[in-house]
Amino acid sequence: MELRSNEFKARAAANLGNEKLQKGLGLIKVKAVVNRANAVAEFGDFETLREAGKEIRNRALADLDLYLERFEREATARGAVVHWAENASEACRIVVDIAKQNGVKTAAKSKSMVSEEVGLNDALIEAGIEPIETDLGEYILQINDAEPPSHIVMPVIHKTAEDVADLFHAKHGTPRKTDPAALTREAREILRPKFLSADMGVSGANFLIAETGSTLIVTNEGNGRLCTTLPRLHVAITGIEKVVATLEDVSTLLRLLPRSATGQAITNYVSLHTGPKRLEETDGPQQFHIVLVDNGRSKLLAGEMREMLRCIRCGACMNHCPVYQAVGGHAYGWVYPGPMGNILTPSYVGLENAVALPNAATMCNQCGVVCPVKIPLPDLMRKLREEQMVRGLKPWTERAGLALWGWAAQRPALYALGTRIAVRFMKWLGGSEKLIHRLPLASGWSDGRDFPAPAGRTFRELYKERRT
Amino acid sequence: MRVALFVTCLADLMKPGVAFAAIRLLEHGGCTVEVPQAQTCCGQPAYNSGDRATAIALARKVLDEFEGFDYVVAPSGSCGGMVRAHYPELFRDDPATLKRIEGLASRTYELTDFLVNVLKLESVPGDFKGTVTYHDSCSGLRELNVKAQPRALLALLPGVTLTEMNEAETCCGFGGTFSLKFGEVSTQLADNKCGHACATGADAIVGGDLGCLLNIEGRLRRRGDLKSQVLHIAEVLAGETEG
Repeated sequence: MELRSNEFKARAAANLGNEKLQKGLGLIKVKAVVNRANAVAEFGDFETLREAGKEIRNRALADLDLYLERFEREATARGAVVHWAENASEACRIVVDIAKQNGVKTAAKSKSMVSEEVGLNDALIEAGIEPIETDLGEYILQINDAEPPSHIVMPVIHKTAEDVADLFHAKHGTPRKTDPAALTREAREILRPKFLSADMGVSGANFLIAETGSTLIVTNEGNGRLCTTLPRLHVAITGIEKVVATLEDVSTLLRLLPRSATGQAITNYVSLHTGPKRLEETDGPQQFHIVLVDNGRSKLLAGEMREMLRCIRCGACMNHCPVYQAVGGHAYGWVYPGPMGNILTPSYVGLENAVALPNAATMCNQCGVVCPVKIPLPDLMRKLREEQMVRGLKPWTERAGLALWGWAAQRPALYALGTRIAVRFMKWLGGSEKLIHRLPLASGWSDGRDFPAPAGRTFRELYKERRT
Repeated sequence: MRVALFVTCLADLMKPGVAFAAIRLLEHGGCTVEVPQAQTCCGQPAYNSGDRATAIALARKVLDEFEGFDYVVAPSGSCGGMVRAHYPELFRDDPATLKRIEGLASRTYELTDFLVNVLKLESVPGDFKGTVTYHDSCSGLRELNVKAQPRALLALLPGVTLTEMNEAETCCGFGGTFSLKFGEVSTQLADNKCGHACATGADAIVGGDLGCLLNIEGRLRRRGDLKSQVLHIAEVLAGETEG
């Protein structure tokens, strides 16, 4: 996926004025925020559940190597083939090789963010293999000239039903229709024969279960089941951090994930894949390949961003983020938008390639309080800001301003003098209206807001006078 | 009870009346209020900008100035939250200072939290009359659990009617330096907040943090609303709504 994270500021500002986008984004509050709140209230003691989820993920990460080895042993014993990919290009090469060795022409894909992360579709196309996205949202994006998703769970949240109506009419050559049910039926009619003829199914994995060597996916559309059972090959591609110890652990996480993502108690489908089709079974793939992708994850394990690896990709952080709600996912310029992206993007593609992201948050911590595995997202963003400071990745104006202010704030007499001058100047700027319309050196504020002018004397001046 | 007022840099510079109102409320509750004169800032702007060294230096300064008091009270959930929720992390590798910092953190309160949970005020000197709507500031709400306290205090004023706005707990978009770095986004969030607040028809938008209040008032005035008042909770409770 093309990386455009350093354009965050400009794209965010542009998106604020995009009425259609804003209409789509408005649905997030209705669909995700309200539904989650209801699901959490109905559940009861969600806090204890979050704590349990955090502990389960921490346990898995504490012995990640051991759980991954166990996973490989168990999966292999059940007939699956486990592949290890150190980076994106290796992951693509592995999947392309599997496809080529088996004469694959088309691959039916269910939703996988890791496949977006490694750029799998482009790699398949380059090798002459046609990938077909079968998740409705991902399908819409694919036929719209491979537009990137703007949300990890609701990839087309930036589009309205009208947009989809136009797109289907143009791409399918069918009469234009706007009823979502009719549009879905149309997509289904087109996708059904593709499921039947696909040589290979590609899925992600929400979890890897070490004790059974199984992969697990949660879906609502049922396309995941068709992708993983109809074609003669099934390739599951996911990140190494997705492993958990036991089915018991997964059952706890499954209580957290759909409630946090969409407010559902459980998704329509929860599919466990354990080995390929056995002799006595009538359906299932003849081969089951599992591609475990590192792509920067093991590096996180040893560093200050370690807690981010607990993430179970529910999207609650972006749903509840006021910045994401205002600017949408595309502004973030890579696979993972919102607060999680503010951390994952710089971690995976380099801090210098996503300079704005760790700063693109008000630190309101709405993300942190809804995260089902209690990732302290603002704290991690702040750590990245510290790294930016150390590495000189902040603009000189910000560094100079901070240095000057910090220096003065440690010298009370000088600070008192400086602030006395400043408030008098600001009072003068405010004039008789007592409002500053243009703030010198701070147009970021005053382009859209006035600044209420101060009274002209500091509290400490006045206090001294009143007490003497 | 000796209470040190942590004035906060925004009250010191932009709205001295808020600090005087805080003193009045604390004295009303029977406290002996002192204002350490060398205080400047809690260091949060540096901390959230990634300038850890400056944040640590300022935290040490606050520690030295405020350590000797029974309590430290700030008319701000943001500054109070900085001391309570974040100072300990700054000294995680310095056990001797950490112990002192944890002591300070445990004695530091946001104003309304202190008035309700420590002083257990049953009356306030203010006489505000009208409808108000309350904006929950992020740090106070999510770091210090300040939610019921300001509402309980407003309920002590017979002339005040509280009308809740939609999304009262959603960030106003201030975010410290975020408001300068991402001005357009920040303005949009402030605009959303103004919309929700104005929809209540309240005479005054009240909050506990001057950062949010300057942001909300700034956007409100730019929208052309010169009438709605934007007030700090201390001003409303103390009856000092000018200056």
